[in-house]
Amino acid sequence: MKSHIGPAIRLTVVMLVIIAVIYPLVVAGIATLTPGGGKGETVTVNGKVVGYKLVGQKFTEDRYFNSRPSAVDYNAAGSAGSNKGPSNPDYLKAVQARIDTFLVHNPGVRKDDIPAELVTASGSGLDPDLSPAGAKIQIARIAKVRGISADRLNQLVDDHTEGPLLGLFGPATVNVLALNVALDQIN
Amino acid sequence: MTTEWMGVIVTYGITVLLAIPLGKFLAKVFKDEPNAFDFMKPLERLIYRLGGIDPGREMNWKENLVALLTINALWLVYAFVLLLTQGSLPLNPDGNPSQTPDLAFNTAISFLINCNLQHYSGESGVTYLTQLGVLMFLQFVSAATGIAAAVLLFRSFMPKPVETVGNFYVLFVKSITRVLLPFSLVVATILAFNGTPASFDGKDTLVTMQDDTVGVSRGPAAGFIAIKHLGTNGGGWFGTNSAHPLENPNYLTNMVEMIAQVVIPIAMIFALGFFINRKRFAWIIYGVMTVGLLMLLVPTLVTELGGNPAIAQMGIGQPTGAMEGKEVRFGPLASAYWSIVTTVISTGSVNSMHDSSMAMSGTMELLGMMVNAFYGGVGAGLLNFYYFLIIAVFISGLMVGRTPELFGRKVEAREIKIASIVALLSAFLVKGGTALAAWFFIHYGDASWAVKPSAWLNNPGFHGFTEMLYEITSSNANNGSGFEGLGDNNFFWNYATGIVLIMGRYIPIIGPVAIAGLLARKKYVPESAGTLPVDTPTFGLMIFAVIFIITALSFFPALALGPLAEYFSLK
Repeated sequence: MKSHIGPAIRLTVVMLVIIAVIYPLVVAGIATLTPGGGKGETVTVNGKVVGYKLVGQKFTEDRYFNSRPSAVDYNAAGSAGSNKGPSNPDYLKAVQARIDTFLVHNPGVRKDDIPAELVTASGSGLDPDLSPAGAKIQIARIAKVRGISADRLNQLVDDHTEGPLLGLFGPATVNVLALNVALDQIN
Repeated sequence: MTTEWMGVIVTYGITVLLAIPLGKFLAKVFKDEPNAFDFMKPLERLIYRLGGIDPGREMNWKENLVALLTINALWLVYAFVLLLTQGSLPLNPDGNPSQTPDLAFNTAISFLINCNLQHYSGESGVTYLTQLGVLMFLQFVSAATGIAAAVLLFRSFMPKPVETVGNFYVLFVKSITRVLLPFSLVVATILAFNGTPASFDGKDTLVTMQDDTVGVSRGPAAGFIAIKHLGTNGGGWFGTNSAHPLENPNYLTNMVEMIAQVVIPIAMIFALGFFINRKRFAWIIYGVMTVGLLMLLVPTLVTELGGNPAIAQMGIGQPTGAMEGKEVRFGPLASAYWSIVTTVISTGSVNSMHDSSMAMSGTMELLGMMVNAFYGGVGAGLLNFYYFLIIAVFISGLMVGRTPELFGRKVEAREIKIASIVALLSAFLVKGGTALAAWFFIHYGDASWAVKPSAWLNNPGFHGFTEMLYEITSSNANNGSGFEGLGDNNFFWNYATGIVLIMGRYIPIIGPVAIAGLLARKKYVPESAGTLPVDTPTFGLMIFAVIFIITALSFFPALALGPLAEYFSLK
């Protein structure tokens, strides 16, 4: 035991320098070459930072494409899912209430067309995306509020749809913040 | 949906294609044969010199264990002190507080032993100093400890009788300089270029398009997330781990992170084959483990894709599956795949919230951790598999009336005793710990802890019980994922899981290494017609049966009370 204490301390100090000092500084150095410079890429409208490209934000107003429910109200100072189990009765009531609210704001939508992501909270509480169906089901409402043709909005969603990786892997997504920034620019 | 299936299948395919050459490389590194990373030699010599280590010194298994445990004890003290005082130390741009003693105890242990159970949230519970200097440091060294211990085990399979099995320090250093550090740098670079932060800037504040004022946590996360996966540690930079859009920005990073966490565990199996020159044996182990993985994976994929039956009853179509706790950019299949991979291999990182998984998926996640030997954590998976192997050799030896032996060495009473104790202990810790938690929940609901027992559970009924079972199982398996609804940052959970964590880590390391040491000392008997061959599919089936029977007998009652009961109540 004793003969191992010396090497243990010395080896730990050496490894700390390599792992906890040099390595993160090298990574930070490499990251300065990336678009966000390692600080996170921001989205700017008229010279004002309105959000981070990758971090979702709360959109609840009828004139915007609404984002998913969030357990942290999209405040990225923290992050959390709802952690509700599939059989929790209170949770199921909350889902039912979200469905009812959605139907009130989007009259004419058939219940079984509502994508599940619009009535369930994401894992991070900061999900930046919707599925294309999740965006398109809101088009009729936004067209009415903003007086823009549904065709135009359909085109907008298509333009902002990110297909699967290399066209082969994973789901298609629509970044809600980018979509809403573009939506504001139509007017 | 086709592209989602392809994503999962191709991710697994790439993993195995990378693991085979990586296994060959690992075997070369640990056999001291010429390899691609020999340019690291000067750095290693410098580390040995500064560390006061004689790399040429061979040690027996007891000396190696003492070396391993001594340096681990030192890290524990170091981590505990820093976490307790982090609030007044530098590199704390967000002004986060020091941890309470019970939380610091739990966090220090949990990162020391490669578990990364997190009873704090990364955004508010730690500082950049402790994230990098304690947690990330431990992520590297705990993974290297696991690899070194597994290689010590490999040595005992060699045919010549040996007293010494190698030098722990050398194996440890090489694991870092030739495997973990260079590969982490590659993964960190990929993450950084996809948007994961890596600078030391603190939290940002901004006003959103709807005029809400929100914060955005950041920090030097990319390097941390790389080793979190390569070392099968699993502890996230942010609270929601790889579900967080900055920790796992898109489908590409999701594939990279999924590959990074499984590739070394699988490569270690092939490394064993190359190391002891028994490739067929390695393929048998790989086969058994892969069949095990598929048996857990397929039901989970199907269940998550099917959606929540209770939500279906409300009239919502769920063409994209169950979405509670999941991210749109990954979808249900990549989330389900991750949830099983992360539980079979003890990473414990998540890209969806397991608490919101369907009941059948929860059962499979729990089973993955209960077996804890299908691939398993870096190094630790093979150690766990080893005691199943010893028991299988013994039982099949008795069944066919031959002397039980493994690679020319007799397996006798002492080895079997150790293996059985290790196997039984894990069942005891899981069920005992859960029973104790349930007892407090029922009888001491008002105990004045930071979270009262009556407020522990985020869900009622069977699911609530599963939250407690999951936490203890995850601790024992050194996994670190959780049903995060559980109110776990308090006196009971911090200490109870802390103790389970220590026993769940060191006993499965000490046991197999001790068995290996005992076997290595025995006389080598060359294989003959009387030897039971262990590199045949028949024997593979035998190991599988042993794993199945031990796990089923040990854990079925607990599963029946929790996730299985919930599953049947949802129909």
